[in-house]
Amino acid sequence: MNGSHLVAVVTPYSVTPGLMDTLQVTILVLVALGATAVALTRVPARQAIVLSVYGLLLAILFLAFQAPDVTLSELTVGAVALPILLLLALAKVKRREK
Amino acid sequence: MTPGQRRWVFLAGMAGLGAFFLWGLTGLPGFGNYPGPYGDIINRIAVAQTNATGVVSAINFSYRGFDTLGEEFILFVAASGMAIVLRHLRGERESEPRDEAVDRRVPPTSEAIRMVALILTGPTVVMGWYLASHAQTSPSGGFQGGVVLATAFVLVYLAGRFLVFERISPVDVTDAVEALGAGGFAAVGIAAVAMGLPYLANFLPRGTIPGAVSSSGTIALISFFVGVEVGAAFILIVGELLDQTLLLREESR
Repeated sequence: MNGSHLVAVVTPYSVTPGLMDTLQVTILVLVALGATAVALTRVPARQAIVLSVYGLLLAILFLAFQAPDVTLSELTVGAVALPILLLLALAKVKRREK
Repeated sequence: MTPGQRRWVFLAGMAGLGAFFLWGLTGLPGFGNYPGPYGDIINRIAVAQTNATGVVSAINFSYRGFDTLGEEFILFVAASGMAIVLRHLRGERESEPRDEAVDRRVPPTSEAIRMVALILTGPTVVMGWYLASHAQTSPSGGFQGGVVLATAFVLVYLAGRFLVFERISPVDVTDAVEALGAGGFAAVGIAAVAMGLPYLANFLPRGTIPGAVSSSGTIALISFFVGVEVGAAFILIVGELLDQTLLLREESR
């Protein structure tokens, strides 16, 4: 990227490359830990909540890698919509078991 | 097969998969190095061609608008399928009269949850419409905005009761709105054909200032329709699931 492509968008701030690298490595490690936490959670209802937190971590990851549009999608779907659907499905299954 | 043998099969498979994975990893371009020409070309021409500074939206709703139309219909079909499957089940059990819901003892929602849900509902609606209507200027779009809008309805359910959720989003109306959103996207494409242009060609005036809300022509319009469709689809899906859960809860009493 030589910067001459974007005429209309001027970024009013700058981030030092070293700081960005630290941020990206940190969030990558956090996402790896989050995924492990989801896999290790055994109670399904609790797992849905942990999955929601993991969705939030993924959203931050996408932001750190300069994909804000994917961040918004991941926030809405991964952190909100998917856990809601899972919890509702769990509520239905539990009712049937009783 | 004994557990021991099974473990060896697993380890051999893992070793093979790991080897392939590492082999593939060595062939990847370096971190942060983008090899393809298309992204660079789009970056150079997108703002000048579409007057949309949300280049991702310009790609989604214009350059590859036909793909997005297909994606939108995937969600449309999924929501329709869910409504059909769950409706059938509900019809089987609807002998339970509605009045019995009056005396059921569901644990009351805590005041804290009601308060937070009530405070968040208004800002969530505004946020959803902002996201859906500003695809041309920012990295948002109809998809994200639609899901946020649907979340507002879920908040109303949290603050009140399912009956309120049903009253503010009756299934018939939500169905119609979803169809309107899905059909609107396709109709924008057909309108272009009617004017003698290729399907989904950007036939509206694109404004003069890149990044203005009124810029980008059909990109903003399509984003609006996608927002309506996605919002209605998610409300339908959540509503059908809630309906199921509540009916079964009534039954168990």
